[in-house]
Amino acid sequence: MKCRRCKAPAVVDVRRHNAAFCRECFLHHTREQVRRAIDEHDMIAPGERVLVAVSGGKDSLAAWDLLRGLGHAADGLYLGLGIGEYSDTSGRYARDFADARGLTLHTVDLARDYGYDVPGAAAATRRAPCGACGLSKRHLFNEVARDRGYDVVATGHNLDDEAAVLLGNVLRWETGYLGRQYPVLPASEGFVRKVKPLVRLGERETAAYCVLTGIDYIVEECPMAAGNRHLGFKEMLNALEDRSPGSKAAFLFGFFERGHERFAADASEERDELHPCRVCGSPTTGEVCSFCALRDRATVSDEHTIDLVLRPTRRRSGPRRRSPADAHRAERP
Amino acid sequence: MKVVLRNPRRELQLDGPTTVQALLGRLEINPESVLVICGDTLVTRDAELADADTVEIRPVISGGATR
Repeated sequence: MKCRRCKAPAVVDVRRHNAAFCRECFLHHTREQVRRAIDEHDMIAPGERVLVAVSGGKDSLAAWDLLRGLGHAADGLYLGLGIGEYSDTSGRYARDFADARGLTLHTVDLARDYGYDVPGAAAATRRAPCGACGLSKRHLFNEVARDRGYDVVATGHNLDDEAAVLLGNVLRWETGYLGRQYPVLPASEGFVRKVKPLVRLGERETAAYCVLTGIDYIVEECPMAAGNRHLGFKEMLNALEDRSPGSKAAFLFGFFERGHERFAADASEERDELHPCRVCGSPTTGEVCSFCALRDRATVSDEHTIDLVLRPTRRRSGPRRRSPADAHRAERP
Repeated sequence: MKVVLRNPRRELQLDGPTTVQALLGRLEINPESVLVICGDTLVTRDAELADADTVEIRPVISGGATR
């Protein structure tokens, strides 16, 4: 195959664009896709401080690298989830990336700072590990961004991630989630703006970007994610994409353009019901936000939610700070 | 050729020459879900792979459940 732009030998084919690219033209393509996503959705204004949620995987490291390359002031935040060797390795990739480039990487460790880890939380709550993990991430990325004065949180969610989430939301007609699924979630009381600058790139493209730019990332999949529903949706969409290139992009971008707005009222209804969590002050629909409830159940302690509610300033294990943010999965994606 | 698969990591010895597309078809791997790296170079699906090549088939699908 020849590069579509310069006719040199190609190294990556991108079937949904009916194109292949050489290294240099592919890197140009990825930068342009990210620039276009940021511009189309007003994700980041000039001079704003960005906090990138970094996992040590291909998407978040590519996002950090691309945002820096486009001139944005972006620091990283790594969240130690306590998933054994997988967390040790992924944290090492995140630190090595930051150290090699002289970048600022903040680190929060669930066990050290909050007294629980993801496997323990999943067992204690009898929830899927990915649920406890996602809830913790949403809450803490927002909290750190607020506490440290960042204007926006950027995540490495890519086109495949968002198409799979959309499929899951449509299959269950989760209208509240559909009303919030968008490349930008605006800032609101208690929440920092959240953006997904890789939404125009498939995960094959973000992986290729890392390989071609020499970014080392953890290739191994999280052991707790194996067999989850989200990965199953991705397999189904890739089977469709293989037969009909461009299907994932048409599905997702068509929803953003013509479907998302139709569900906005469902999302608004839930936002209207928010009030402060009695433990941490984060916006929530209940008395205690989901993060505080999860932490309470997952922490090895004789304290329980009712104690927290009655004594909201009491410290538990680790250097706990007051949390201004909420991770209630029914409130924010 | 030596073919390196990931998640879990394992190696296969297969006869070449062949193309990337034919190799993935033989292994029943969806081309949308992987990158193919020959030596230290990314290759497209029409690339020829020689019997002496070392080829990594690297999965690109990742991620837990998110909303």
